[in-house]
Amino acid sequence: MSTDNILAVDDVDFADAPTVVSVKNVSKRFVIRRDNSLKERIVTLGRAGRRHSEDFWALKDVTLDIPAGTTIGLLGPNGSGKSTLLKVIGGILEPTTGEVSRRGRLAALIELGAGFHPDLTGRENVYLNAAILGITQEEAEAKFDDILLFSGIGDFIDTQVKFYSSGMYVRLAFAVAIHTDPDVLLVDEVLAVGDEQFQKKCLDKIREFQQQGRTIVLVSHSLGQVQELCDSAVVLHHGEVKFQGSARHAVKNFREILEGRRVAEAEAANPDEDATPGSVDKVEIASPGRAPGEELRPGDDLVIRMTVSHTTPLEEWNSGFKIENQHGHLVYGTDSRKIGLVHSPLHGTTTVEYRLDDLQFGGGPYFIHCFLAKKTGEHIAILREAARFVMADDDRHAGMTRVATAGRELRA
Amino acid sequence: MSSTVSERFARLRDEPMIPAGRPAGGTWGSVREVFQQRQLLDLLIRRDLKSRYKDSALGFAWTLIRPLVQLGIYWLILGQILGSARAIPEFAIYIFAGLTLYGLFSEIVSGATGSVVANAGLLKKVYVPREIYPLSAVGGALFNFGIQLVILLIATLAFRSFPTFENLMFFLPATLVILVWGTALGILLSALNVYLRDMAYLVEVLMMLLMWASPIVYSWQMVFSRATDGPWEWVLPIYTNNPITLGILGFHRAFWTAGGPEQYPDHLMLRMGIAILVGLVALFFCQRVFARLQGNFAQEI
Repeated sequence: MSTDNILAVDDVDFADAPTVVSVKNVSKRFVIRRDNSLKERIVTLGRAGRRHSEDFWALKDVTLDIPAGTTIGLLGPNGSGKSTLLKVIGGILEPTTGEVSRRGRLAALIELGAGFHPDLTGRENVYLNAAILGITQEEAEAKFDDILLFSGIGDFIDTQVKFYSSGMYVRLAFAVAIHTDPDVLLVDEVLAVGDEQFQKKCLDKIREFQQQGRTIVLVSHSLGQVQELCDSAVVLHHGEVKFQGSARHAVKNFREILEGRRVAEAEAANPDEDATPGSVDKVEIASPGRAPGEELRPGDDLVIRMTVSHTTPLEEWNSGFKIENQHGHLVYGTDSRKIGLVHSPLHGTTTVEYRLDDLQFGGGPYFIHCFLAKKTGEHIAILREAARFVMADDDRHAGMTRVATAGRELRA
Repeated sequence: MSSTVSERFARLRDEPMIPAGRPAGGTWGSVREVFQQRQLLDLLIRRDLKSRYKDSALGFAWTLIRPLVQLGIYWLILGQILGSARAIPEFAIYIFAGLTLYGLFSEIVSGATGSVVANAGLLKKVYVPREIYPLSAVGGALFNFGIQLVILLIATLAFRSFPTFENLMFFLPATLVILVWGTALGILLSALNVYLRDMAYLVEVLMMLLMWASPIVYSWQMVFSRATDGPWEWVLPIYTNNPITLGILGFHRAFWTAGGPEQYPDHLMLRMGIAILVGLVALFFCQRVFARLQGNFAQEI
């Protein structure tokens, strides 16, 4: 794969990796009690008391095996059980049924926290956390300077943690967690906080961990991050595992779930209106001079034909496409608004053709997403991965584009 | 596959798979777990003590002011004005000894009750054996107990009635009775408090009742002479064998040298031994209840 010049994780193949986390038929029930004091319990004793509690199954029969050295993403809409599953793996919650077993040292960053005590200073909390994670005080002292350097907290290390901003908190928590030499790292939404520089540091460290064969379980709402970092991913919905497989397919599956939810909400809000009035029916691509499915070479042309339809007449509308590489990065995209193409009113179905001349993309697979949008640019319908093509690899270049480059030495 | 990776995998393969969270093994397993985390327990106790006195002007002096003021009030009102001191020689030492030991008990129970809820932040983010939270309250209470003990000994020196070795033999069993029963109750209440948040009020009332149910500001002798040969004689064994009463009596025997043998029930040492053993059984059951309830702590807090 020469689309990126970082050491691609796909190149390292950990065969024979032992299982580090084993989740077997785990279900977790939360009882939402409305009476949680002695007085209320006595007042609502017996049958009346039972009416005051509700069952909520956050996880339903989840089975998962995580081999060492993998980075697995947990995807799911809000309330699907991702954080609950992470807490069950971390031992913070006990499953109602089923069992979870694991091995190796586990460091967890759950819900932006690492278990800092607000009244203690950052320094004291580092030692506290080290003790919790099983590091002796001597080891913690030896690593303290590295932790401080990584977190970038500086002099604030001697202020009480309750005065920290959420960014500082997360930076320190992450710094402590990664310096404890964990075999398994649980990361819950932590990478959403923090400035760009810190995020880059985190991602670099995670890649380093991946190279070292450590296991990472990542919960993130950033689908791009999941696609980029994870080998595999699990999609959770209403506490059940809906999909398990490669990161890319999981992201696609997840988007479908989100779309399903959007449609349901739209239908609930406006039952008279059609929630999906428009659609991109099919997309065909062809490259003049190449057979269908053949690899393209730099310099080839690409023709994209998309067929769109709308149930009601549409006076003004836009169409467009996006081309993404396998990591979910947008390589190129445009739409009719940008190139100044004005569509005639849409009654029923029509076909739009885009012609791309002289493609100079790097090697690797590419995915085309086509969309139908309103005049304002708001999407009406999008067909993801509507088409796919592969650019031939070329050892002389790396990266997403090809540029004609010539190099020479300058005499001093 | 690089060498670090294969080393890591080999090491992981050698480790057994353990259940996430609480390992199996009953009470003994829990004791072992807590012992493994003793550095953490130490840190938590230090943290509790530090945070209690961090921003206060007088710091640790506060641990002494309350019992000393209590001592002053009881000595003056009950001792001088109401006249209890007439029947009890060296009344001040008598009261302070009782208050010190009872202070240990009530601090353990009150501190432990709220300890799990107070540590919600830590509890919800990382797994540690949850008994550590009430145990850190025990640790903090023992520290304050130590300070008051020093004051007590200085007071006995000042009154020129420093306890003999024979007296001091009663010190350890008395402290153990209170420690065992206090810890048992503390662990149980700390778990219940998570589900029923107004346990703190119950504990307050309980502590008040238990204080007056033990011979701290009056003497056991008085109760004995009132109850014997009267309609309430059956209360006497219950009253006497209350472990807290036994502990207080043992403490008096250790530090209050002015009291004669008629002040105490017979076989005090034996009674204390039995109380300790029963207390250990109680501790075991309370820990079992705690272990059952702790699984859902993180979602109830």
